[in-house]
Amino acid sequence: MAIEAFLPAAVGHSMRPMRKATTERAGVRLLLMVIALAFLGFFLFLPLVMVFVEAFRNGMSAYWTALAEPDTVAAIRLTLTVAAIAVPLNLIFGVAAAWAIAKFEFKGKAFLITLIDLPFSVSPVIAGLVYVLLFGAGSALGPWLKSHGIEILFAVPGIVLATIFVTFPFVARELIPLMQEQGTGDEEAAISLGASGWQTFWYVTLPNIKWGLLYGVLLCNARAMGEFGAVSVVSGRIRGLTTTMPLQVEILYNEYNAGAAFAVASLLAMLALVTLVLKGILEYRFGDSIAARKH
Amino acid sequence: MDVSIRKVRKEFDRFPALHEISLDIRSGELIALLGPSGSGKTTLLRLIAGLESPTGGAIFFGDEDASRKSVQERNIGFVFQHYALFRHMTVAQNIGFGLKVRPRKTRPPASEIRRRASELLDLVQLSGLQDRYPHQLSGGQRQRVALARALAIEPRVLLLDEPFGALDAQVRRELRRWLREIHDATGHTTIFVTHDQEEALELADRVVVMSQGRIEQVGTSDEVYDRPNSPFVFGFIGDSSSLPVRVENGHLWLQDRMIGLSAPHVPDGPATLYFRPHDVELVDGCGGCIAGTVVATHRVAATRRLELEIGGERHRVEIEVPAERMAAAGTRIAFRPVRWQVFPERRNGETAVHRTEERELALTGT
Repeated sequence: MAIEAFLPAAVGHSMRPMRKATTERAGVRLLLMVIALAFLGFFLFLPLVMVFVEAFRNGMSAYWTALAEPDTVAAIRLTLTVAAIAVPLNLIFGVAAAWAIAKFEFKGKAFLITLIDLPFSVSPVIAGLVYVLLFGAGSALGPWLKSHGIEILFAVPGIVLATIFVTFPFVARELIPLMQEQGTGDEEAAISLGASGWQTFWYVTLPNIKWGLLYGVLLCNARAMGEFGAVSVVSGRIRGLTTTMPLQVEILYNEYNAGAAFAVASLLAMLALVTLVLKGILEYRFGDSIAARKH
Repeated sequence: MDVSIRKVRKEFDRFPALHEISLDIRSGELIALLGPSGSGKTTLLRLIAGLESPTGGAIFFGDEDASRKSVQERNIGFVFQHYALFRHMTVAQNIGFGLKVRPRKTRPPASEIRRRASELLDLVQLSGLQDRYPHQLSGGQRQRVALARALAIEPRVLLLDEPFGALDAQVRRELRRWLREIHDATGHTTIFVTHDQEEALELADRVVVMSQGRIEQVGTSDEVYDRPNSPFVFGFIGDSSSLPVRVENGHLWLQDRMIGLSAPHVPDGPATLYFRPHDVELVDGCGGCIAGTVVATHRVAATRRLELEIGGERHRVEIEVPAERMAAAGTRIAFRPVRWQVFPERRNGETAVHRTEERELALTGT
C-alpha cells in the first residue's frame, strides 16, 4: 500500500481491480459480515433455538400436556384478552394523536410528542408502580374504589392499563412521520369535493395510512403480549387469574418446571417469529407506505 | 357565477398575506392570478375556495355571502398543483368521488356515477383509462383526471392552483390550450394561479397582477402588457429596461442632458423611465437621445440584444436591434424609446403616484 502510493496513478490502477470509492475490499467486507453474523447468532439466534430445544426435550406429548395445564390455559387466555383490549384502544389513541400532530398546528405540539415517547424512556416497572400508587390501598383513590367494589390492581383492569401505558407509542410513532409526509393535500381535495370530515377520514386518510397502521398494530401487539415488567408489578400474580404468559413462564421456571416454562416460552417466541415474518412481508410489499422503514 | 371579493384581508400569525383586496369576477370569465411567490395569489385562491378563512372582508358568489360557508357547502372545484389524486382509487373512482360522498338524497345511483365519470373522461380526452391507478399515469394525464374530478361535482367556480406548475414545458403548452377549450365548452367561471406570465397572458380573459399581498393591476393581456400602471407591473410582465431620470417642466433629463422625451403631466422631480428593449429606434448623432457604450451582445432568435452602459453612472439597459446590425463591444450607440412610460419616484410615506403617458403621446413624444 505504501509503495503503491508513490506509483503514478496509471500504474497503481493497472495493479488492482477497479472498485467503487465507497466499497471496501473483499477481506474487510467479509470480516465485517462475520462479526455481525457471529454476534447475531450468539446473542439472538442461539437463545431462540434453545427455547424450542428445551420446550421439546421431553417429547411432543409432554409439550402438549404442559400447555394444557389449566393455569397455563388461563394465562394464554388472559394474554389474548389483554391484547384484545389494549391494542384496539391504542390504535384509536394512536390514530387520534398522529392525526392531531400531523395535520394541525397548535401550541404544545412538541410537548405532546415528547409525552407520547415517554413509555419508551420510562422503565416498565416504574409504569407499573405508578398505577400501584394511583390505585393501591394506600392511595387517595384506593378507599373509594374499594367501597364501590371496583378492582383495578391485582385484577384484569390493572394489567390492561399497564399494558396500554407501555404499548402506547407504537401506533402513534409509526403514523406521525407518515402522516406528516403525506401532508393535507388529499384531505383538502376530498373536502373541496364535498366530503364530510368523517368521509374524508374513512375514504381518504385511512386508506393512505393503512399499511403503516397495520405495521404499528403488529409491533404494538407483540409488545402487549410480551410485556413483563409493568404487568408483573400490577398483577399480583394470582395463579390462574392474573398471570399472563410471560409471568407464567417465570413462575414455572422458578418452580424448576423448566419443560413447561419453555413450552409456554416457545409460544411467545412463535408469536415473535410470526410478527417478524409479517413485518418483513409488509416492509417488502408496502415499504414505501411505511414510515419506519424510510426514516 | 359572479365572484366578488370585497375588502378581503388575511393575516397568518399577524403577518399580513393580503391587504384589503377587492376584485369582481364576471360569470364565465377565465381569470389568472399572476405574481411572484409570496404575492398572496395562492392565499387569495384558497380564501375563495374556503380552505382558508379571511381575517376581514367577505367573498360573494352571486348574491350569496360564501365566506360564511364551509368548503363543502361552497361547491367549488379545486385543482391542486400536485394533483392530489387519491392513490388507492382508480381514475373512475377518483372522478366519481365527489358524487359518491353526497348525502343519500342527492347522490346519483352507482351506474349514473360511472356514466358521468366516463363522460368526463371523454371530455378530458382520456377515454379508456378509467380502471388505471394514478401511479400508472403521466403527470399531464394525472392533471387531466384531477380536472375531471373537479368538474364532476358541477362546481359553481373552478379554481386551479398552479395547475401546470409540475409539468414540463411541452405538456404545459398543450394543456394550456386544452384548458382554454374546456373552459369555452363548459363555461365555468375559472380562476387560476400562476407565476408564469406567458401562461397568464395567453390563457386568461383578464389577468390580475399581484405583488406583496396587493393587486397591482387588473386587465386584459393587452392592457397589462401595453399599459402597465406601475413600475412593478412594467418590470414583471415582459422584458423591460429602466433608467433613473429627472422631470423638469415636462421634459425628461438624463443627468445633464435632455433625452428628447416629454411628459407634460408628470410632476417635476426624480422619476424612472421604463421601456421594452424592442420598442426603441436607433438614431444617428445625438441631439435628444440616449447614448451608451455596448458592453455585450447576444443573438436571440431573429434579433440581436445589446447590453449598454449609459452615462457616468453606468446604468445597464438592454435594447433589441435587427440581427444584421453588428455592434462590437465598446462602440457607442444612440437610441430613443418609441414607446415608454415614466413613473415618478414614490415620495416617502405617500402612496405611489402613477401617471401613465398615453401611448400616442409617447409615440409622438419627440
